Amino acid sequence: MNFSQQMVALKTIFIKEYLRFIRIWIQTILPPAITIALYFIIFGQVIGSQISDINGYKYMDYIVPGLILMAVITNSYANVVSSFFSAKFHHSVEEMLVSPLPNNIILLGFVAGGVARGLIVGFVATVVSMYFSDLQVHSYLVTFSVVILTSVLFSLAGFINAAYARSFDDITIIPTFVLTPLIYLGGVFYSIKMLPEIWQQVSLANPILYMVNAFHYGILGVSDIEVANAFIIIIAFIVVLYYFALRLLRLGVGLKP
Amino acid sequence: MNALDIKNLQKTYKNGVNALKGVDLTVKQGDFFALLGPNGAGKSTAIGIICSLVTKTAGKVEVFGHDLDKDSAGVRMHIGLVPQEFNFNIFEPIREILINQAGYYGINRKEASHRAETYLKQLDLWDKRFDIAKELSGGMKRRLMIARALMHRPKLLILDEPTAGVDIEIRHSMWKFLKQVNEEGTTIILTTHYLEEAESLCNNIAIIDHGITIEQTQMRSLLDRLHVETFILYLSKAINTLPDCGAHVVRLIDETTLEVDINQQQNISDVFQALHKCDIEVVSMKNKTNRLEQLFISMTNNKNNSNQEGSRT
Repeated sequence: MNFSQQMVALKTIFIKEYLRFIRIWIQTILPPAITIALYFIIFGQVIGSQISDINGYKYMDYIVPGLILMAVITNSYANVVSSFFSAKFHHSVEEMLVSPLPNNIILLGFVAGGVARGLIVGFVATVVSMYFSDLQVHSYLVTFSVVILTSVLFSLAGFINAAYARSFDDITIIPTFVLTPLIYLGGVFYSIKMLPEIWQQVSLANPILYMVNAFHYGILGVSDIEVANAFIIIIAFIVVLYYFALRLLRLGVGLKP
Repeated sequence: MNALDIKNLQKTYKNGVNALKGVDLTVKQGDFFALLGPNGAGKSTAIGIICSLVTKTAGKVEVFGHDLDKDSAGVRMHIGLVPQEFNFNIFEPIREILINQAGYYGINRKEASHRAETYLKQLDLWDKRFDIAKELSGGMKRRLMIARALMHRPKLLILDEPTAGVDIEIRHSMWKFLKQVNEEGTTIILTTHYLEEAESLCNNIAIIDHGITIEQTQMRSLLDRLHVETFILYLSKAINTLPDCGAHVVRLIDETTLEVDINQQQNISDVFQALHKCDIEVVSMKNKTNRLEQLFISMTNNKNNSNQEGSRT
C-alpha cells in the first residue's frame, strides 16, 4: 500500500470508530457527563465547602482539572479496549487482518478513535464544570498537549489490554483494579503535599500523578511536580506502549492461532 | 502464472493438533477450483494460512507470485475471503461494512460507495443497505460476505462453505453470480459440503484428508473414475417381479421403483429398451447419489482404512 492508500485506510478506521461510539452516545458520552456532575455536587459543593483552599484555590476549583482528565483517561481507555475486544469477539477484526493494512495503521486507527472519544468527553466534562466553576486556563499549550498525550497513552493501554483479553471480564479487571485506584491516588482530589513525606514519595511512583499535575498546571498554573518531568514520563510511556502494541499485532497475540 | 502455489504446508497448533501435515496445491489463474475434504481435514486451516489469519508451521505459499513470507501484504492485496463463520460487526449498517472493507484496501469512500451499490444490487441486498447486519436473514448474511470480499476486486476469491444453510433458490442464484464472477476473470477456490455444488461449478478439484492432499486433478477425469453409477427409475405401472434386463444389475425397491447399476461399459438406453420389451414404461429417473459424492466417500474411506492399517503395523 502506498502512503495515500494508507491514509485512506487510517481515515476509514477512524470514521468507523468515531461512528461506533457516537451511535451509542447514551452509553458513551452521557454517563461521564452525569458522573462528573455528581462529583462536583458531592465532592465540590457538599464536602468541598468544609475543606480549606489548596495551593491558593477553592477545593471546587482545584478538583476541576483532575476530574476532566479522569474522564479523558477512562473514556480513551474504555473506547479502545471495548472496541478492539468486540472486534476480536465477533471476529470482525479479521476484516482488517486479511487486508494489506500495515499494523501501525490498525493501531493508529484505534488510538485515534480512543482520542476522539476522550476529547469529546473531556469537552463535555469541561462544559459541565463551567456550571460549577469559572476557572480561566493558565496555559492552553500545556493544557491541550497534556490532554492529547494522556488520551493517546491510555488508548494504547486499552489496545494492549484488549489484545490479551480472552473474555469480557478481562477488559474490566484492569480498569477496576488498576486504573481507577491509580487515578484516585493520582492527585485528582488532593495535593500530594497534604500527604506525609513517605506517601508523597510513594505517590511519585504513580504515573497518573504526573499527568494530573501537568494538567493542573495547564489550567491552574500550580503543580506538585515539575511539568517538564511530566511530559518526559508521558512521552516515554507512549513510545514504550506503542512499540509493545505493535509487537503484539505483529506476533498476532490474541488474534492468530 | 498460477493463482496459488502451496508446497508442503504444515500447521501444528499449540495444543499439539497436527492440522496440516504437508498440503500441496496448485490453482491455475482463472480456475474455479474445488477444495474438498471431510470435517477436520484441514481445509479451513489451509485457507486461514493463505489469508494470514493463521500462522503456518512450515511450507511455502505463493499467491500470483507473491511469497507469503516475503510479501504478505502483496498476497493479501490479491485475496478476497468469504469465511465459513459470519465475521462482520452485526451492529453496523451493511453499506458501511462494505465501504469500510474497501477503505482497508486504500479505496476512497466515493469509489467504495459506487462499488457497494453495484454489488448490493447484484446480490439483491440494495433495499437492505441501511439495515444493520444483525437484521439480515442467514442467506442475506452469506451474500453480504460475498459482496464484502469483492469490494477490492480481488484476483483470487476464496469461498469457505459460502452456501451453508442457504435455501436452494438462493443457492442457485449465488452459483449463477459466482460463475459470472469467475467468467470475468476472478480465480475462485470453493470449499463446500454440497458436492453437487462443486461438481456443477468447478473445473478442477483437490481433496484434503487428515492434513494431506490425497487427490488433485480435473473434475472430469475424477468423475470418469467412477466405475458404477446407480440410477433410480420410477415406473408408470406397478410390477411384482424383476424384469429381465440382461447383464444389468437391477433391484426392485417397491412396486413402482427400480434401482439399476450402470458400469462404464454399459449404456442406460439398453436398460430402457429391455424394460420397453417387458412393457414397462419409465416416467422419471434420478441418480441415487451425486457422482462426486460417491467418489468422495470412497476416496476418503480408502484413506481412512489405509491409515488404520498403517497405524496397526
